[in-house]
Amino acid sequence: MKMITAYIRHDAFEPIRAELLELGFPSMSIIDVKGSGRQKGVTEQYRGASVTNYLRPKLKIECAVADGDVQAIVDTILKHARTGNVGDGKIFVSPVEQTYRIRTGESGEETLQAHPDAAESVNG
Amino acid sequence: MKPSTLRRATALSPLMLLLMPAMAFAQSDTPVNAADVQTDLNWVWVMVAAMLVVWMQAGFAFLEIGFARGKNVGTIVAKILVNFSICAVVWWAVGFAFAFGGGPAHSFWGDSGFFLTQGNTINSTSLVPGEVNGGTYTFFFFQFAFAAVSLAIVWGSTLERIKFIVYPIYAVVFSAIIYPFVAHALFAGNLTPFGYGVQDFAGSSVVHLCGAVGALAAVLVLGPRRGKFGPDGKPRAIPGHNMPLFGLAVLILWLGWFGFNPGSTLNAVGSSFAQVAVVTNLAAGAGVLGATLTVLLVLKTLDVGMIGNGAIAGLVAITAPSGYVSPLGGVIIGFVAGVIVVFSVVLIEKKIDDPVGVLSAHGVAGIWGTLACGLFTTKDLALDNQKAGLFYGGGLTQLAVQAVAVLAVIAFVFIVSYIVFKLVDVTIGMRVSAEEEEAGLDISEHGMYGYPEQFIPEAELTGYNLSPVLTSASAVAASSSPQEA
Repeated sequence: MKMITAYIRHDAFEPIRAELLELGFPSMSIIDVKGSGRQKGVTEQYRGASVTNYLRPKLKIECAVADGDVQAIVDTILKHARTGNVGDGKIFVSPVEQTYRIRTGESGEETLQAHPDAAESVNG
Repeated sequence: MKPSTLRRATALSPLMLLLMPAMAFAQSDTPVNAADVQTDLNWVWVMVAAMLVVWMQAGFAFLEIGFARGKNVGTIVAKILVNFSICAVVWWAVGFAFAFGGGPAHSFWGDSGFFLTQGNTINSTSLVPGEVNGGTYTFFFFQFAFAAVSLAIVWGSTLERIKFIVYPIYAVVFSAIIYPFVAHALFAGNLTPFGYGVQDFAGSSVVHLCGAVGALAAVLVLGPRRGKFGPDGKPRAIPGHNMPLFGLAVLILWLGWFGFNPGSTLNAVGSSFAQVAVVTNLAAGAGVLGATLTVLLVLKTLDVGMIGNGAIAGLVAITAPSGYVSPLGGVIIGFVAGVIVVFSVVLIEKKIDDPVGVLSAHGVAGIWGTLACGLFTTKDLALDNQKAGLFYGGGLTQLAVQAVAVLAVIAFVFIVSYIVFKLVDVTIGMRVSAEEEEAGLDISEHGMYGYPEQFIPEAELTGYNLSPVLTSASAVAASSSPQEA
């Protein structure tokens, strides 16, 4: 089991979400974050003075998946989040010790299985 | 002032008041002329009305700000101020002359009064040669406020993606040519289809339709905001960031309209402006009710934006008929406008990205209001060269006259505006880049945010040159917000 953590541009999210849903992965969390990397800061001018904002807004996606599904999800994120410019973000894949589905108390990798009919149930 | 002196002054003041009229007469040897008082009363009323119309700029600003996202609000403040100011100067230089500077009958533009150099009457629809006096200034200022409103309407469809440079370019053309020509045709009475005068009391066509057609031309060249239409081509909602500001804006506009329509009497004779105000208010109220019922029955929701649009649509629709119809006529016209605007917004939304609904609230409602004159104008309120409406025994004549006026305004304004916007698009470009649009116009066009705290983390606003006061234990404790904890 892996935790995929991706930092992306905001406008990359919607196509990623839509495609992951199609692939059967509706489960994820997102967090609005601000961070710095190699992307330049934005300088705000305010009545003659300025303040440079080095922390740029990004979106953090967290998605826990079974080992076999990691590549599909990473590929989806890479495909939609890449503009080729500095500031596209990063993806981290890290191990997950254990998972529990709170509703049923089940544990283990089956709680992270893909849902092939997810798109229908969510969109329908 | 000592207490004793104050007491004496207070005791004397009623006596002073009694003396004052006598003192006023004593200063002037010439007796007061009733006609002069009437004239000054007229001017006072029209100036007050003009100031209410100027205040509508605040309404347009906050209506657009409320319907925009938080990253595109500072730019609207700058836009309203710059456009209003360009219009002020251009209207003084040439706009007023083209609109109301006389010229031969049925001419396309006026030919005198540039830089406000002639004219001495307010009671007519154009300047009468003579020296500039208070009446000229009153008429000039009132008509300027109208031109500025029309210009403000244009930009509602272009929010969140247009380059700032487009504003001044089009504002000059609009204030110098487009609006003045339309005002010259309809307000100054130079367009008389079939020999009859067009009924547009305060400008459903001249001001609102004119602005909305400019907005249509702009949005057709500009295209929709990123993300407005999904991959399936269906429109997606891009909710505005502040409904309370939108509501405030609607009420500011509603109030401003009491200058807009009642002021268009251009006098205070017989206080006929009061009737116009009542008719205007009835139409606005009926517009809200019409839109509320329609949105509830058709969309099954009490959409706040649609209810507000109903008020605007009712007001826009009654603008042309407000001086020609009865209170009952006002109710019907406003209610129909409220119903129409809901369907119009939903239909236009399918293909065109119009963030504040200009095309519906000002365009479609403006067309309806202008045509409504041909239905509801009463016999006693129609002017000499006009006919009563269809429902008041005037036949179809006036309706046909109104239709010609609508078509003329649409054709002229659209062609000129589309050419201007297309030229700007080819040379400078109308749109900001995708990246700038994503970042928001506030930071990309102005280098500053409308709501800095939303975009600059507190950590960076604080900076690194912490003063001894700020690094003391109490200040640190006070500044650590729950988010950071």
